[in-house]
Amino acid sequence: MTTRIRPELFLMAALVLVLAAIPVFVHNNYRIFTLTLIGLFTLLTVGLSLVMGYAGQVSLGHATFYGMGAYLTALLSSSLGMPSWAALVASALITGLVGFVIGIPIFRLRGPYLAMATLGLNVIFILLVKNEGQITGGPSGFTNIPPLAFAGRIFDTDAEMYYLVWVIALGVLLLSLNIVNSRVGRALRAIHASEVAAETLGIDANAYKLKIFGLAAGYAGLAGALYAQTIRFISPSSFDVLVSIELVTMAAIGGLASIWGSIFGAATVVYMADIIRDWMSELLAGAPGEGEIIVFGLLLVVIMVFMPEGVTAGGVKAVRNWQARRHEHVPSRT
Amino acid sequence: MTPSEQLAQYIVSGITQGSIYALIALGFVTIFNVTGIINFSQGEFAVIGAFLAITVAQKVSLFRGQLPVALEWPLPLAILVGVLGAILVGMLLYRFGIQPARHASVLSQIVVTIGASIALRGMVLLAWGTDPYRLAPFTAAKPLRLFGAVITRQSLWVMGLTFVAVVGLYFFFRFTMLGKALRASSANPDAARLMGINTRRMGLVAFALSAALGALGGIVITPSIFMTYDRGLMLSLKGFVAMIMGGLTDPFGAVIGGLLLGTVESLAAGLISSGYRDAFTFVVLFLVLLLRLGGLVGRKTSQELERAGL
Repeated sequence: MTTRIRPELFLMAALVLVLAAIPVFVHNNYRIFTLTLIGLFTLLTVGLSLVMGYAGQVSLGHATFYGMGAYLTALLSSSLGMPSWAALVASALITGLVGFVIGIPIFRLRGPYLAMATLGLNVIFILLVKNEGQITGGPSGFTNIPPLAFAGRIFDTDAEMYYLVWVIALGVLLLSLNIVNSRVGRALRAIHASEVAAETLGIDANAYKLKIFGLAAGYAGLAGALYAQTIRFISPSSFDVLVSIELVTMAAIGGLASIWGSIFGAATVVYMADIIRDWMSELLAGAPGEGEIIVFGLLLVVIMVFMPEGVTAGGVKAVRNWQARRHEHVPSRT
Repeated sequence: MTPSEQLAQYIVSGITQGSIYALIALGFVTIFNVTGIINFSQGEFAVIGAFLAITVAQKVSLFRGQLPVALEWPLPLAILVGVLGAILVGMLLYRFGIQPARHASVLSQIVVTIGASIALRGMVLLAWGTDPYRLAPFTAAKPLRLFGAVITRQSLWVMGLTFVAVVGLYFFFRFTMLGKALRASSANPDAARLMGINTRRMGLVAFALSAALGALGGIVITPSIFMTYDRGLMLSLKGFVAMIMGGLTDPFGAVIGGLLLGTVESLAAGLISSGYRDAFTFVVLFLVLLLRLGGLVGRKTSQELERAGL
């Protein structure tokens, strides 16, 4: 057990050092904000990896919980006047609970049905936000969300939120690593491999799936709350179905069953989106903003077909296979 | 308008809209029966078909004005171009996305078709932009009135073409060699292979057929609604719900499911709240999925349900 944890601790220490040093050398607010965003997406992707890679359940509506966290924080701290730190905590907890409760009927479904149902959830959430404008600000968004304040300290600069977000993201990463390396993680992998076999071994598959889904929803709620308090303005387009699919892309790039991969996946997608947008607007003056979805869509196809373990693990394996074979198709992981 | 006239109006527009869901659901069923895959990019065929038809039928400028096109071909030719273009896309999708992933897990296959869906959506966005487009009505004449409801000529085209497509499909599956081979590959792939049927090619045919159905639906509805690049996903979702309502594997069930869904949606939007139009679809989905997994039309054997992953 300890031998498995140790290299990860080294990796974590190195990551902490690099992340802590960045704001000392980088003073560009946009860069810092981008890195904060990567931290938030890491939070989201870790949860999605647990759901998709470990529990083996499709979720195409994860942005629902991200949005729920953001809107709850906005409502609680702005409309209801709750202290912003309490709103943050409450939003994460409520979102986690909602995820758990929604999971009860939804996890009776499998495969494409579950995928459609989670997508449907996201559509309904966005419709609610758009239609209940008096509460949510409607399509134009919710403005003037109070910044996070805790014990007399106000987190209102990019660097402060950057540190806070990454401390939380790395904490969640560690927690999730512990989960997947524990009895729960083994149970989840068993469910993924064969639900029937897992159940005959006495694993209550549904209970595990629900707990993981609730946990992932809680992570997403936390990310949403932090997002709302970072940019202090939210609108429905930040949480729609395309965002959910982008989250799946992040998880797929990092490897669906890889907790560490989440950081890599989140960073790749965020930076790639930036680069593609620049590149596209150069190529085609006034090109519409969503153009990067072409690349993400193709990337999803390629990754799922050729390297379902993710880009890093899959890349290594693909090279090895290519060298070693010339017979039979290699069946992918199931 | 009296309440009963209004009700008739909702039903007529619901059936019109539902015809499109029916065509897309038929595509879902065809692909599912032959390959066992739920193709989430089904709705994109409708969008691509419609945009291609518009491009050859009207003056448009693509890529933000970089590529003006002024072919102004006659309508039948435009429909043909739209359908053939979608077929090509469907076949490419099968060959390069679906076929290589045929041994992958259900989860991977779902993600592949979702990826294909947003890639196609992005391509349409890049070429045609965010503007809504519209085709001219197929025949210009005064709308008809029935029980106080207004029925546009285009609605008649929509319903008529859906009917023709369903009947045509029936004869295709029942009486042609290719149709029989398709049915054989769906009933028992191993036995079909033993009979010398190339099941892999049947997958290709299924995708081509589904793309054609979707494109036809997209083209025929475009005079009634504005087509935008982002309609595909919602059309996929609705076609899928219609398919489930029809009992997953049954083409006729899918058609009935589509018409029913369109009507329910139109009634709910008219009588309850139009802002939540799309949400009603999912209420229907949840009800059907959670209450009766076999679909509203017909019961499924446990084997069929198992194949469907339920």
